[in-house]
Amino acid sequence: MSSSLKKFLVTRILLTIPMVLIMITLVFFIMRVLPGDPIRSQLGPRVSEEQADRLRERLGLNDPILVQYGNYLKDMLTFNFGNALTRGERPIREELGEKLPATLELSIPAMLIAVALGIGLGAFSAKNRKKPVDYGIRLFSIFIYSIPIFFLGLIFQIIFGVRLNLLPLSGRMDPILLTTFESKTNFYIIDSILSQNWAALKSTLLHLILPSLTLGLSLTGVFIRLTRVNMIEMIKSDFITAGRARGISETQLIYKHSLRNTFIPILTMIGLQMALLIAGAVLTETTFSWPGMGRYLVDRIALRDYTAVQSTIGVFAFFVAIISLVMDILYALVDPRIRY
Amino acid sequence: MEKEILAEIKDLSVTYPTRIGSVSAVDHVNFNIYKGEILGLVGESGCGKSTLGKALLRMIDPPGEISNGKIVFRGENIMEYDYNHLRDFRGRHVSMIFQDPMTSLNPVQRVDEHLIETIQVHEPQTKEDSALQRSKVMIERLGIGIERLYSYPHQLSGGMRQRVMTGIGLILNADLIIADEATTSLDVIVEAKLADQLREIRDEFGVSLLLITHNIALVAEMADRIAVMYAGHLVEIGDIYKIFEEPKHPYTQGLLASVPNIRFDTNEHLYKMPGEPPNLTHPPLGCRFHPRCPHAMPICSQREPLLVEIEEGWSVHCWLYQEQSS
Repeated sequence: MSSSLKKFLVTRILLTIPMVLIMITLVFFIMRVLPGDPIRSQLGPRVSEEQADRLRERLGLNDPILVQYGNYLKDMLTFNFGNALTRGERPIREELGEKLPATLELSIPAMLIAVALGIGLGAFSAKNRKKPVDYGIRLFSIFIYSIPIFFLGLIFQIIFGVRLNLLPLSGRMDPILLTTFESKTNFYIIDSILSQNWAALKSTLLHLILPSLTLGLSLTGVFIRLTRVNMIEMIKSDFITAGRARGISETQLIYKHSLRNTFIPILTMIGLQMALLIAGAVLTETTFSWPGMGRYLVDRIALRDYTAVQSTIGVFAFFVAIISLVMDILYALVDPRIRY
Repeated sequence: MEKEILAEIKDLSVTYPTRIGSVSAVDHVNFNIYKGEILGLVGESGCGKSTLGKALLRMIDPPGEISNGKIVFRGENIMEYDYNHLRDFRGRHVSMIFQDPMTSLNPVQRVDEHLIETIQVHEPQTKEDSALQRSKVMIERLGIGIERLYSYPHQLSGGMRQRVMTGIGLILNADLIIADEATTSLDVIVEAKLADQLREIRDEFGVSLLLITHNIALVAEMADRIAVMYAGHLVEIGDIYKIFEEPKHPYTQGLLASVPNIRFDTNEHLYKMPGEPPNLTHPPLGCRFHPRCPHAMPICSQREPLLVEIEEGWSVHCWLYQEQSS
């Protein structure tokens, strides 16, 4: 690793810190501005003000806001996160420890589907420009891009789950298997492989197909269009003509020479799409009753569970920052012209 | 000395369909390329010289097409080649150096990768390390340091990139190198060096060179023969000394008179050819040059002249030099 790259990395990581800090600060204050509070949303209107106040005191909600903010920052920076304010007041670390692997197990395959399918179809479309298959793929990309994600999920559920009865409708694993399933990492795929529980693995994978396809397809459209447009530009460039003139085949020119040069804008897009992926994960998890961060977040926002919401968004922000950092490093690996 | 014919271009036409009718960018062109010669192909922008160069590799971008004629290369008609045969022909027998050295190399591939890839595309059985060895020899031969082999294109100067392109063109011992304005974007000193080197390469490898350019001075400096194109027609072709001495076609005369002279003591104004090159969707009837020709005769606007040989190896496409009854 060159020293300039090291220097770049250090600056880049240092810049990530204020980014995450601003993010979690915003979340803290926005939660406080929202009407309603965690106490009333749990206890309902019938509980006396006195009882509610006692609970507030115990949860530290009566402290001055700056004290609360200080405690919150301290919790976030030590990755301790504190306890949830609702639903049994469990430590947030414990709760997120269950939810985060579920979300990752959903979003990583979804991202892979989006990128692989998007780049593949986009390149194919560019290669067959203005042929019927190109129009077909473009239509598909617009369709898939504009369809609301929960609607796509519902359609899939109806077709594959209800009508054809091929795939499970919701959850991460068959509930009967789940009762005996022992999970250490909460990544069900990893756990079932480790314990050589093949029935559980099969069930997990089957449960994963529809949600990851829904989430993946919703992002595929962007990648198709981006890849196609950039490839078409690339195919026109001189070095492709020069490559053709020295006898390189069209397939190689497209899938090797053009595609690698197209990766730079695609990498940028992957970084940007991470934010959308998280938003999509919230909707997908809700549609498929997937017990991940997204559904957890929606649930806790409704309850005004300040600490839970803040921590969840903090973790999301952290991931988005990490991904964009990784993308910046990948640029340099893909494009020799980029030097930090 | 009887010169050995490398390529015969016979009655070659290239047409592009447009909304207002088809354009023949190259119109019934006939000439030969001899083994080991440097042939300069000159003409104004848009006269079809680059199109002709691309046509020799059958690389006309659709919807354009070679609509007539054939290209016989070493006795084989390449118009009959199928795609795979054609692909192997490109780069192995005929290679091309393009105008812009900044963009004709793949920006994410190193120099060695370009060379090795070119070898392996045509000789799949060649191992990577022997391909690398050959690349090293070639690079050194072209006066590029071995360490440059591992550079990316953006790390090289324009002249060096053109030399790399030349090396790629030569690595498979091509018979013909088409240099399409290969020196145009270089500064004069680098241009002179590259020109020198191309000539050396010709002498050493016995390769033929088709030098497509609008730089008459470069052609005068390098070429053995010169071919002049105007509006898709080949108007004059022959020995460089003879044509520079006494150009026959009125267009060639005008073209040569338009070349600036570097001497300070001349007070002559540059010759300015009247008129504009014709629009090829509606070319003038007869000789395409007649509206601008100082010697135009009635027949020039009625019938197209033939390309006739006025002496051995010197042909002109003009009514001034042929019987009007023919």
